[in-house]
Amino acid sequence: MAVISLKINGKSYQTDVDANTPLLWVLRDHLDLAGTKYGCGMAMCGACMVHINGEATRSCVLPVSAVENAAITTIEGLSATGNHPVQQAWNEIDVPQCGYCQSGQMMSAAALLAKNSNPSDKDIEAAMTGNICRCGTYHRIHDAVKLAATKMKK
Amino acid sequence: MKNAQSRRDFLKTTALTGGGLVLGFSWFSSKAFAPVVITANTLPFNAYLSIAPSGIVTIFSPNPEIGQGIKTAFPIIVAEELDADWEKVQVEQAALDTKRFERQLTGGSGAIKHSWERLRKAGATARYMLVEAAAKKWSVPAAECTTSKGFVMHSSGKKLSYGELANEAALITPPKDIKLKANSDFSLIGTSVKGVDNNAILTGKPLFGMDYKRDGMLYAVIQRPPAFGQKLKSFDATEAKKMAGVVDVVSFDNKVAVVGKSTWQTMQARKALQIVWENDKPLENSADHDRILKEMLNSSEKATVHRKDGDVETAFKSAHKIVESAYQCPFLPHNAMEPMNFFAHFKGDSIEMAGPSQTPEAAQKQVAKLLNLPPDKVTIELTRMGGGFGRRLNTDYALEAAELSSIIKAPVKVTWTREDDMAGGIYRPAVRYRFKAALDKMGNITAFMLHGASINAGNATRPDNFPAGAIDNLLVQSSDYKSPITTGPWRAPITNFLAYAEQAFLDEVAQAAGKDPIQLRMELLEKAQKSPVGKITYDINRFKEVSKLVAEKAGWGKKKKGVSLGFSVYFSHASYVAQIAEVILVKGKPVVKKVVAAVDCGIVINESSAKNQVFGAIVDGLGHAMHGNMTFKEGVPQQNNYDKYRLIRYNEVPEIEVHFVNNGIDPTGLGEPALPPTGGAIANAIYKTTGKRLYNQPFAEQSTTLG
Ligand code: FES
Ligand code: FES
Repeated sequence: MAVISLKINGKSYQTDVDANTPLLWVLRDHLDLAGTKYGCGMAMCGACMVHINGEATRSCVLPVSAVENAAITTIEGLSATGNHPVQQAWNEIDVPQCGYCQSGQMMSAAALLAKNSNPSDKDIEAAMTGNICRCGTYHRIHDAVKLAATKMKK
Repeated sequence: MKNAQSRRDFLKTTALTGGGLVLGFSWFSSKAFAPVVITANTLPFNAYLSIAPSGIVTIFSPNPEIGQGIKTAFPIIVAEELDADWEKVQVEQAALDTKRFERQLTGGSGAIKHSWERLRKAGATARYMLVEAAAKKWSVPAAECTTSKGFVMHSSGKKLSYGELANEAALITPPKDIKLKANSDFSLIGTSVKGVDNNAILTGKPLFGMDYKRDGMLYAVIQRPPAFGQKLKSFDATEAKKMAGVVDVVSFDNKVAVVGKSTWQTMQARKALQIVWENDKPLENSADHDRILKEMLNSSEKATVHRKDGDVETAFKSAHKIVESAYQCPFLPHNAMEPMNFFAHFKGDSIEMAGPSQTPEAAQKQVAKLLNLPPDKVTIELTRMGGGFGRRLNTDYALEAAELSSIIKAPVKVTWTREDDMAGGIYRPAVRYRFKAALDKMGNITAFMLHGASINAGNATRPDNFPAGAIDNLLVQSSDYKSPITTGPWRAPITNFLAYAEQAFLDEVAQAAGKDPIQLRMELLEKAQKSPVGKITYDINRFKEVSKLVAEKAGWGKKKKGVSLGFSVYFSHASYVAQIAEVILVKGKPVVKKVVAAVDCGIVINESSAKNQVFGAIVDGLGHAMHGNMTFKEGVPQQNNYDKYRLIRYNEVPEIEVHFVNNGIDPTGLGEPALPPTGGAIANAIYKTTGKRLYNQPFAEQSTTLG
């Protein structure tokens, strides 16, 4: 066990965990940030997507010790009041069915749009294919990414 | 929906009917799931709704939300008849109380059908009470009052809000009979209403069972037998117990549970367990299943006959042509995105539980029995479910948590890893069907036979489904093999594959008869209408209507260069869905370009959600038809995570177009019915493109030519 300092959503946290613990479980069990989801634990589904220094990263295979000095953003910190263009677009398009995969989907989309405000369909495909939605909301995810892009330009 | 910020104040004053205290939870309390005791001073009108003096209407939605949109659809129906202002509606998940709500389960796409009238009456009754209260106050006849968006209005121009009237209205005696709105007066039903939990989902609030947390709660993972047919012989937990965070290791019901202070620590410690398993049943392989299914179809002697019309044997003897084929599907795991989990806190004479369940009432009764408690001492909080697809109709994971908590006498949440979830059983059963049809010289079907062989499915047929009723000589029978591999309902149970097999077979029959596939079905439906044979359980006109609509929308019969169309239509769970798939060749490989669907589920409650369900069901149907496969070696599931089990992804979905038949008929469910037709439409279109019939799922494994 080791005391680890983390910077998440602009706030500082200290937590006493084994250095190998994946960031996902530190967020969920130790820091009460349960918006980041567990789906597979092997970097295959994208449910656990967070931003590490702005890069979309799967937190289920990421040892917490590797991100001690990084800027971590989770769904809870994507915006202060739930009004990030991606969140707005996801609501307007009414994307969720069960909703379980959606925080991971939005984190992937937000990372894409931060770098590329005018993504082509191919860009969106490349960014979103790593996120599984078992409910099959892919068409709405596509529409929501497009809508979020137009919102970001405004 | 009212925005989330105002919810906190409101929660303080909300109450369940009957004036009692209600336990709710607020995302804004410091510990997300800590129960907030809420005092009663909002006015109860009935089991489904209460109105606060502030004008906020709370609607209690009783059924478990699994992603089918019920938590939004039910309140829409209540609010419609109430004439509530949707902006002032606050939706709460009602507690488990089947005395009050009867059917609190998610399965069979049956909730809307069951509750449609009850929900309307709940809204209309409260509206009546509000109107009466206003009329009394103004000393005018109630008949001169109207309602709109949370107000009662009088012809003189007087106007009072529901909030202002709530105190008096709640005291009015509810009427025995209540007139409901005409469909033409609906203003909310049929529009697109956003999911009531959207805000919480999109900001990452802890909505799901997996997110459930209480002070002092322990975490557990459980090692279950790795192979179906094995049981626990002995185990050594010495090493596991030494590991950080481990509190206890206990065994029950052929399982070993590691209890600890965090999910990750218990997952790690579980790897250090030394367990010896022993075989107590045969350990089966997929090759055994293939053989067993084929053997069952080779003999009719032991088959159970479910429907027999006319005389099939004689009819086949005098047939001009006989078409015969067999179709087979593998076991499938459900793969709900949120793996199984449950929280339980055993307190000696009672137990508190929380988690994702499609059948909370069954879980309550079974836990009561298991722990020898009266059912009312078992409370279950319904969390939102990260999908279910039928898996959460089984209560195994809830019972397991209850038993573990009763052993360790502590609050504990059991989490299944993806591997546990995928390899843990309750699969869609493997099934093989044999169809046989006799044609006369004119290409009419004179006899039809269906034999369903299954592994742990019971009866894998639906004997009264179309084309039963349209054919003079018909025989439907089934055979089943009992295997140690546990099975259960999977989205659109049985029909998820039966529909495919039947719709693909009818395509073969149409070809043999030299008929257009839609024309063949139309002729059968005409025949069923004019001279029905035996019992008919489907509505012939609705069947025709969806078929015609999809044909028109997809341009059936019109040649499109390089595009092949495949048709399929199916009636299940009280709704009718027809689909046409468009397949093209890309670099010599068939690719599903588009699926057009026509859906008759009666009145559409929430258009946005209804479309989402149909899109999702088609994506699900396509994904599993193409790739879904669960195989076994010596009883051990060979796929246990997404590296070995392929789910359909973003880049693989075709364009989808959905059309609803809005016929004003009372609504039926939509969580399942759009899935069964998909596989057939695709396979029929692929056949037209490649000349190759697909008899087995998954399609992608049968031919290297498939994309
Ligand atoms: S949980 Fe991390 S990718 Fe699936
Ligand atoms: S909305 Fe259910 S998994 Fe994506």
